[in-house]
Amino acid sequence: MLDVTVSSTAPTVRAPANDEPLLVAENLGKSYGRLAACRDVSFELYSGEVLAIVGESGSGKSTLLQMLSGQLTPGTGSVSYRMRDGVTRNLAEMGEAERRFLFRTDWGFVHQDPAMGLRMAVSAGANVGERLMAVGQNHYGKIRDTATSWLERVEISADRIDDAPRTYSGGMRQRLQIARNLVTEPRLVFMDEPTGGLDVSVQARLLDMMRTLVSELGLSAIVVTHDLAVARLLSHRVMVMQGGRVIETGLTDQVLDDPREPYTQLLVSSILPA
Amino acid sequence: MIQMIDIRNAEKTFVMHLQGGISLPVVRNVSFHVAPGECVVLSGPSGAGKSSILKMIFGNYRCDGGVIGVRHKGDVVDIATAEPRQVLNVRRDTIGYVSQFLRAVPRVAAIDVVAEPLLAAGVVREEAQARAGVLLRRLNIPERLWKLPPSTFSGGEQQRVNIARGFISDLPILLLDEPTASLDAANRAMVVELVAEKKRAGVAMVAIVHDDEVRHLIADRLVDVTSFAAAAA
Amino acid sequence: MNAPTYNFAYLDEQTKRMIRRAILKAIAIPGYQVPFASREMPMPYGWGTGGVQVTAAILGPVDKLKVIDQGSDDTTNAISIRKFFEKTAGVAVTTNTNDATVIQTRHRIPEATLQAHQVLVYQVPIPEPLRFLEPRETETRRMHALGEYGLIHVKLYEDIARFGHIATAYAYPVKVNARYVMDPSPTPKFDNPKMNNSAALQLFGAGREKRIYAIPPYTSVVSLDFEDHPFEPYKHKACCALCNAEDSYLDEIVTDNKGSRMFVCSDTDYCETRQSQGHRGSENAAPYAESANA
Repeated sequence: MLDVTVSSTAPTVRAPANDEPLLVAENLGKSYGRLAACRDVSFELYSGEVLAIVGESGSGKSTLLQMLSGQLTPGTGSVSYRMRDGVTRNLAEMGEAERRFLFRTDWGFVHQDPAMGLRMAVSAGANVGERLMAVGQNHYGKIRDTATSWLERVEISADRIDDAPRTYSGGMRQRLQIARNLVTEPRLVFMDEPTGGLDVSVQARLLDMMRTLVSELGLSAIVVTHDLAVARLLSHRVMVMQGGRVIETGLTDQVLDDPREPYTQLLVSSILPA
Repeated sequence: MIQMIDIRNAEKTFVMHLQGGISLPVVRNVSFHVAPGECVVLSGPSGAGKSSILKMIFGNYRCDGGVIGVRHKGDVVDIATAEPRQVLNVRRDTIGYVSQFLRAVPRVAAIDVVAEPLLAAGVVREEAQARAGVLLRRLNIPERLWKLPPSTFSGGEQQRVNIARGFISDLPILLLDEPTASLDAANRAMVVELVAEKKRAGVAMVAIVHDDEVRHLIADRLVDVTSFAAAAA
Repeated sequence: MNAPTYNFAYLDEQTKRMIRRAILKAIAIPGYQVPFASREMPMPYGWGTGGVQVTAAILGPVDKLKVIDQGSDDTTNAISIRKFFEKTAGVAVTTNTNDATVIQTRHRIPEATLQAHQVLVYQVPIPEPLRFLEPRETETRRMHALGEYGLIHVKLYEDIARFGHIATAYAYPVKVNARYVMDPSPTPKFDNPKMNNSAALQLFGAGREKRIYAIPPYTSVVSLDFEDHPFEPYKHKACCALCNAEDSYLDEIVTDNKGSRMFVCSDTDYCETRQSQGHRGSENAAPYAESANA
């Protein structure tokens, strides 16, 4: 039998203030020539929810994440987002300036490779402070104070604030990337394999920290991962992708403890026991 | 009498795709109900599907047919067909699950592991920790361990931390999956006492207990699972 | 005395038209970098090919040209460019700031306040103020287009974090007409306030990078800063050893191998004008009285 330990380790969903979805994907699809990288993906994400998209390399999960975050124009379908003013807007109908503003204020994007999401030659403090300066904060002392408190929150010692991330370890870089994203208190964070490429012990610390932040800040998140343990620890819901399609979706512990589709059963049974 | 749990004709079959797609029927025609303040103990031999039924009520296992009605904030929610976020709401506000295994989250102190359900329900940290401390003390977890992550504890200590976490909440339904297994007599007695307190508070409980003595002490009613399993065979 | 083989001011008229169009567009959008088809010039990149092309495009027979390099009229770069236009355009040249109608400069703005009939042409090595933080041209252009200038403060933040104050001493970023962030070429930040609301037209030419930008007369030019670390023009705490000026930008000159040094005006015309008016600094050999009467 499968591992049947009941678990609900994902952060508890807070009672939503507004019961409309935060993000809605409708029939999203993208083809590259004859190859359909992603087909017919529809779902709703509610405030405070963490959704994991799992699947193997090439299953279309990264393409999907790019479309959801407005970095790739969908071939078919649309993505809508409920803005801070409560109005739900279609991303495709927003101007570029507005979309980019959304991307660096109300959204975060955590890359697998921190070098993609950080300015490696610029100090940690400036990396964290950049988003604040981008929205017009113009007081050095306050920016630095905010950066310091965020570094502490992601467990980076404040005396490393003036060091560039290229002097940091992989785990620290990833934590710094998270701080850089969260400093504007976004409501939605996209994460692309956030623990990929890290040692197992470093992963555990990062996951625990992300789990705490998600629950403290009431964040919504969409996490792409091939690691089912990451999905179990962080997410409330899972979408399993194969060949560009969503083949199974549901509560995380339900999909992982009682997988229905052949491919999901294969994924779950391939986990090495801890 | 309003039932807290009302299950009708629930059924569950595992289809094992990796083994040629064979079907393993687990339970069929599961029907029983639980009233507030009542503790129903599921009985039957190992493999009869007791744990599966508990997991179906919690929404951890999918239900292939029938209705699993749960009273949630005045309404009846059918767990068998509920949306994932509705199930999450039910878990936050209505149903707690106490298993004998602690899935420890790394680096979280025992007292915070126990207090977490209260924090999630909106209780302030000081009060949540105070109540967590009371429970840990009653379950004989020495105070010097409270600030340590339970992943470093012995199996019995982890189990008791998990019991404390399960019993701390004010949820109106608790599912108990062998909470006393491998506990010593003193701690077993403490669990029996906690169950009795929950009953007085009107909590509806479904339990799986192998220990005859404990079962005798906590069960208001037995539901024999063999009949569901037999129906499935 | 046009050299017979050259068109007036070296460039052919079609090229001048192309450059003038770019200049007009640059004036219409203050601070915006207009791409242009920079030509090969008879001097290496880095010697002012951008500035020379702009000067060639705006120069007329009646103009009077002054060329300075770091404030000085008599360094190699200044002299060779001055001679270049003497030869190819036959225009009058001068070292006197007030007499000049076109002033081509490398890294300084003259101390004398510029007037409405004057044009200041800057030689620019790297026009993009965001370049060292964002290497992608596509991205920097988009940032300019959308007015996303958080990044430029990252540079100033880094300065304060590292040195305790904004240590950027030249190429100090400015915001032009409350819209575009601009690199004022490697002028010392001492000169930044002179750009603001200037009566003269200011043109910037980057030959290698193929960009022209401009500050029209009477346009606001604000040096970027933080509320708690405001912009401060820097100069050595001294006065000119030759003319005793206290308000000019000073060059430090090492006078021997024992660390002796003196400070003199970077703007040679300003310094000489002052000396001719009888001002004397500590190292000036000429007697006071004699020149004071001259």
